[in-house]
Amino acid sequence: MVEVVLETVALTMRFGGVVAADNVNFKLRARELRCLIGPNGAGKSTFFKCVAGLQTPTEGQVFMRGTETTGWMPHQIASMGVGIKTQTPNVMDELSVFENIWLAARRFHPVAEANRKAQEMVERLALGPIARSTLGRLAHGERQRVELGLVAVGDPWLVLLDEPAAGMSAEDVERMTGIIHELNRTAAIVIVEHDMQFIRSIAKTVTVFHQGAVLMEDHVDRVMSDATVRNVYLGKKA
Amino acid sequence: MPGRFVKDVWVTVLVTAVLIWIMPLLIGTYTLTVLVIYGMLGLSLGLIWGFGGILCFGQTAFFGLGAYTYAIAAINIGESTLPMILAILVPAVFAALLGAMMFYGRLTDVYLGVITLVVTLILFKFMNSTAGPQYVIGKARMGGFNGIPGFPTLNVPGDPDTYIWGDPYFYVCAVLLALVFLLVSALLRSSFGRVAVGIRENETRASLMGYDVRARKTVLFAIGAAIAGLAGALFANWAEIVTPSLFSLGQSAEIIIWCIVGGLGTRLGPIVGAAGLAYLKFLLGQQAVVDNTLITGLILVLFVLFLPKGIVPALVGLWKASFGRRPLGRIHQARRMRGGERANG
Ligand SMILES: Nc1ncnc2c1ncn2[C@@H]1O[C@H](COP(=O)(O)OP(=O)(O)OP(=O)(O)O)[C@@H](O)[C@H]1O
Ligand SMILES: [Mg+2]
Repeated sequence: MVEVVLETVALTMRFGGVVAADNVNFKLRARELRCLIGPNGAGKSTFFKCVAGLQTPTEGQVFMRGTETTGWMPHQIASMGVGIKTQTPNVMDELSVFENIWLAARRFHPVAEANRKAQEMVERLALGPIARSTLGRLAHGERQRVELGLVAVGDPWLVLLDEPAAGMSAEDVERMTGIIHELNRTAAIVIVEHDMQFIRSIAKTVTVFHQGAVLMEDHVDRVMSDATVRNVYLGKKA
Repeated sequence: MPGRFVKDVWVTVLVTAVLIWIMPLLIGTYTLTVLVIYGMLGLSLGLIWGFGGILCFGQTAFFGLGAYTYAIAAINIGESTLPMILAILVPAVFAALLGAMMFYGRLTDVYLGVITLVVTLILFKFMNSTAGPQYVIGKARMGGFNGIPGFPTLNVPGDPDTYIWGDPYFYVCAVLLALVFLLVSALLRSSFGRVAVGIRENETRASLMGYDVRARKTVLFAIGAAIAGLAGALFANWAEIVTPSLFSLGQSAEIIIWCIVGGLGTRLGPIVGAAGLAYLKFLLGQQAVVDNTLITGLILVLFVLFLPKGIVPALVGLWKASFGRRPLGRIHQARRMRGGERANG
């Protein structure tokens, strides 16, 4: 069996009376690509933040490569080699594209190496012409691309992406899909998405969240054709 | 990067030399000395606020601590070299402890402002209350609101009988300011400085990259306090007395205004703002027609309304718009500069 890189045990998160994540048992193996879907408010982002250290779960545990990371701070989790993109863009708007990516690379490499890695990533993402532009003035899709770049430049073995395709053009999504596949050669990836077309194109196993709990976990085709899932999620959307 | 720093050094040396030569022809060195000292104090807040995003309402606390540390140590030791070093270390350690408490306690910016303000107030109250004879540190009496006069002033290191005062003292202060400016420049060009700016821009992203925001902010805060402490010690030498008014809220507010008027997020802005406004205050102090605080307040309001980025970024923008390369056309160029300034200046 391939190593389990991420596992949550009975992870629960309550906000007052709201149970945003309800007893979630989740396992992800090395180099697996997993999509999380579910209607708005299903608790995907909450689960995600508990794993990333941005929130501390009310109950339950998180394990990464066998180490318990429950209650760790985001920088401790990131330092293990976990790349994280939150649902709302988290970038340094006043800084240049290059500086954003460089800062991410510098965390894991000495200066010269960081320079080289950042430059490579800029070229890989076709950001060359705007590398010196201030990030805040770029289009949404470009900023998403930069954020993906600064997640990827640290060579993570676990990547968590919350709605990476939101607001992107078809061309951007295609480029991103390429990068995700490339990352997936060395890293396990969790993607939270609403874009069904994107999920069909990329996913094998899909986990469906509903009212904080895992409703179903199966191959993408079976999930898409499942009656219950269609009811809680696809039915609403279509 | 190293190439750009070498350029920094040359420009700083040149500009400092020219200013040291010209300024005394216009303004007396006694006044100039205190302007230079305030410049250093402005730079200390400009560093942590403008580049680190830490708005400290009590920067003057470190200034005052530096001054008092110097005075007390100088009385006990009888010469100035070790007291100067202590005047840098004591505020830095104090700030490291205070900073660790605030940043590791995950306080929000508002509470950070409140706590630094309260600490300054406490120090002010405490220093005022030390009039009694029981408040002595070694041979130094704290003196309450009268402060501590009569401590040995700066001497040539290793030669306690040769004091540095008058014009030479001005040169010493000016050179020290240039040195601190270069240290700050080097710091901002280093990885530590670039990460600090990243943290200012987005703390969450910085921590998601794997940087320990709390530790880094604490260190930067302590560095700012060290610079303020040095400025405080220089001030003590200039005034030849230290009093609790060093810890006053008025002084604290002024430092913030210097930074806003001069230009936040630039190295030069807070120095220019400090020296400029302090000189204006000095000029206004010589007449009785208009009230000093009123003018300072008015200037602040005018800047916030019409030149919110401050003097230095505005001048740099003007310079680039007139003489810079403009392959993208004038307007586009101006827009690019406005965004780029915070990171570059
Ligand atoms: N900080 C918070 N305080 C209180 N309630 C919260 C908080 N964060 C999330 N919630 C609630 O928890 C539930 C799950 O929210 P979450 O953001 O995890 O959903 P999601 O599946 O990511 O939805 P979306 O698809 O819209 O992003 C929602 O009912 C939300 O209102
Ligand atoms: Mg969400």
